[in-house]
This record gives sequence, structure tokens and C-alpha cells, in this order.
Amino acid sequence: MDLSALGLVGFGPGGWGALLLRGAGMTVLVSATAFVLGILLGALGAWAKLSRSRVAAWLATAYTTVLRGVPDLLVIYLFYFGGSQMLTGVNRMLGGEGFLGLDEFTAGALAVAVVSGAYQTEVLRAAILAIPLGQAEAGRALGLRPAGVARLVLAPQVLRVALPGLGNVWQMVVKESALVSVTGLVELMRQVSIAAGSTRKPFEFYAAGAVIYLVLTTVSGALFAWAERRSNRGLDRAGARA
Amino acid sequence: MLPDIAFLAEVMGRLLPGVPLTLTLASLSVGTGAVLALLLALLRASSRAGSAVVRAYVFVLRGSPLLVQLFLIYYGLSQFPAIRQSVLWPFLRQPFWCAILALSLNTAAYGSEIIRGGLRAVPPGPVEAARALGLSGARLYGLVILPLALRQALPAYGNEVVIMVKSTALASVVTLMELTGIAHDIIGETFRAFEVFLCAGAIYLALNAVIARGVTLLERRLSPGV
Repeated sequence: MDLSALGLVGFGPGGWGALLLRGAGMTVLVSATAFVLGILLGALGAWAKLSRSRVAAWLATAYTTVLRGVPDLLVIYLFYFGGSQMLTGVNRMLGGEGFLGLDEFTAGALAVAVVSGAYQTEVLRAAILAIPLGQAEAGRALGLRPAGVARLVLAPQVLRVALPGLGNVWQMVVKESALVSVTGLVELMRQVSIAAGSTRKPFEFYAAGAVIYLVLTTVSGALFAWAERRSNRGLDRAGARA
Repeated sequence: MLPDIAFLAEVMGRLLPGVPLTLTLASLSVGTGAVLALLLALLRASSRAGSAVVRAYVFVLRGSPLLVQLFLIYYGLSQFPAIRQSVLWPFLRQPFWCAILALSLNTAAYGSEIIRGGLRAVPPGPVEAARALGLSGARLYGLVILPLALRQALPAYGNEVVIMVKSTALASVVTLMELTGIAHDIIGETFRAFEVFLCAGAIYLALNAVIARGVTLLERRLSPGV
């Protein structure tokens, strides 16, 4: 490979570096939005699966089965085209006219959030089950209300147990966000495709894209590993309280 | 709003012809990927250099999106005259074989980790017994270690097969008209995303259910005395 390829992806004149960096920023933004929404959906799903209500448990099972069983690309199409379909329908009902579209960012982030929420449901459910029942009882015995028990006693412990699983889902979300490029949102994958097309150097740009994704997944993997070590600092190696 | 049965039936009628391509993509890439995964797992266990090579391979393939890998192969490789003039070009110029290549290389990375887990789960007892009986090298692996390791890896590998069926959807972005590609076209024509999603989703779920059932039956067959 000659050195001109480095100039192409660099920051000099004629280099695509700045645009690729902006694309990577958009990838992180979509992923982070989807991840946070996914945790909320996952918490809701885990609560429903563990609740005494059979209807809630059934709905949560249906949610995780469907969303983990169909291709992510199909879900993205559903939100991108279906979102516009719904907005236009609601607009018609309110007496409006014409076509209303859901923007690419919202549709993409929602689609990835809903898929990742299905995985988060399983991660959080397992983490909640790993907390001994006595913890909640002790909280109640100290006079905490249910919300207080959840926030002060259970949440910190669930988060610690769930961290490895959350890290896995985050990695999945970052890679899945590349599929949002099919809607035309200019995140890293789309930006790389644009550059590949206009310079006729697809190999260099897709390779650069792969490297940037590797940097993103590696750096965030290291951050999660650090967070895990930090959250376990009160425990000895065997996992018991020191 | 009542479901429009006639429309759903029409969508189903158009989607079902895409199932063979989805299954062909999935089975070819799972088959090729599994062979590659086994070789990678053995190479990883063989030596320090082998282990480093496989670790790097797994790191790259698992750390970047499958879509990038597919585009790198489909759009990227044709850039090189050496590849356009090679014997592989009749294959690599076709989206079908590019998709098979990308899917196989990708699943091989995940598969090799699953098989590695299986190899680590082989109990030392049977291996010692086999050595005491005079088995070593290829025969020790072929008759004792691999059967036990693959049996251990089977449930996780079943999940990987389901993931691959879902991943074949990406082939639609390189013009292959499998299930998701057809679904995308119908949505584009009719703007009825919900109904089309319902039908396509049902087909994928049915395929996954059949695969999961098949893996369970295979597991049961391979568990003598249970």
C-alpha cells in the first residue's frame, strides 16, 4: 500500500480525517442514545418478567423472543418506514395532509434501543436474581419505602453484577449502529461509504472504518473493564465481602 | 383496525420464495465457518505463535461490524488488479460468494471461541485414560478430545447458528434478494412496514424455532444414557 492512502484518511488538505471523526462521533451518539434507552427498556422488561402479573411476564417474554429472533436490519426498516407510516397516519387523523417522516437519527436510535433492550432484559433479570432476598428485606426492616429499597439497596448491587453483561450489550450496540447507515444517517459507516464512493478507494476507506470501529470497541471495552474493577473493589477475589 | 388478511397473505406469498436463499446463505456459511472455526481453535491451542495469530483474527472480526467486513470484501477487493485477474475473480465478483465469504469469516471468529470453550471443558480423566490406552496425537484428538469438546460446545453453537440466520439479512444490502431484501422492496412499494415486518418476523422466528428444536434433538441424541 502506498502512502497516499494515509493522506486520504488523514487531516491534511484532501484528507477525509475530519469527516470520518465526525462520523465516529455520530456513531457514538446514536449508540449511547440507544444504549441508555435500551437499559430503561431492559429494566422495564426485567421487572415485567419477574413480576407476579402473568400478563406482564408474557408480554416481556414475547418482546425478548421476537426482538432477539429477527434480524436487526428488519427492525431498523420497521422503525424507519413504520415510524413515518404512523406519524403520517396520526397527522391524517388530526386533519393534517401529506407525508410526515421520522428522522433517521430517531428511527435508528429507537430501533437499536428496542433490540438492545431485549438483551438488556435478560442481563438485568439475571442480575436481579443474583441479589439475595435478604438485602431487600433488610432495607424494608430499616424503614425504607419500596422506591428507597430499589434505589439505595438493590440498584447499586444489580448494576455491579450486571456490568459485564451491559458491556457486552454496549459492544453489540456499537456494531449494530452501523446498520443505521441504511437509512442515510451519516454515521461512521455511511461516511466511510460516501468517501469510498467518491474517491473510488473502497478498500482503504472500509479498512479505515473497520480500524475506527476496533478503536471504539477496544477503548469502550477497557472502560467497562475499569468500571468492573472499580465496582468490585470492596470484594476479594472469591467475590465475598472483604 | 382489523388486520388485512388478504394483504398479509399476499406479503407471505412474496416473502416465502426468499426463504431458500436465506437458508442457503446460512447453511453454506455456517458449514464453512464451522470448519474454519475448528481449525482456528486447534491452531490457538497449538503454539504461542498460533495462539497470537488466532487471537488477532478473533479481535478484528469480533470488534468490527459485519457490514464493514462485507463491504470490504464486496467493494474493496475488486479494487486490486491482482484479484481481478486471479482465478478467484469469477467468485469474488458475485455478491453471493462475497456474502458467503464475509459471513463465514465472521462466524468462524465467534465459533472458534465457542469451540475453545468446549476444549477447555473436556475433563482430564478421559484424556488420561486414553493416553494410558496408548492413544496420542491425531487419534487422541479425533477419538476422545474433539467428540467431548464438540458435544460441550453444541448448545452455544446452536445460538451461533440462529445468529447467522439473522445475519444473512445483511446480504440484502449487496443486492441479494433473500427474506429481508424482499421485505424491504415490499415496504418500499406499499409503505406498510408493520404488516410486512409481521410476516417476515414470523418466518424468521419459525426458522429459528426449527433450528433450536433440531439442536435440542441432536443434543439429546449425543447424550447417551440420559
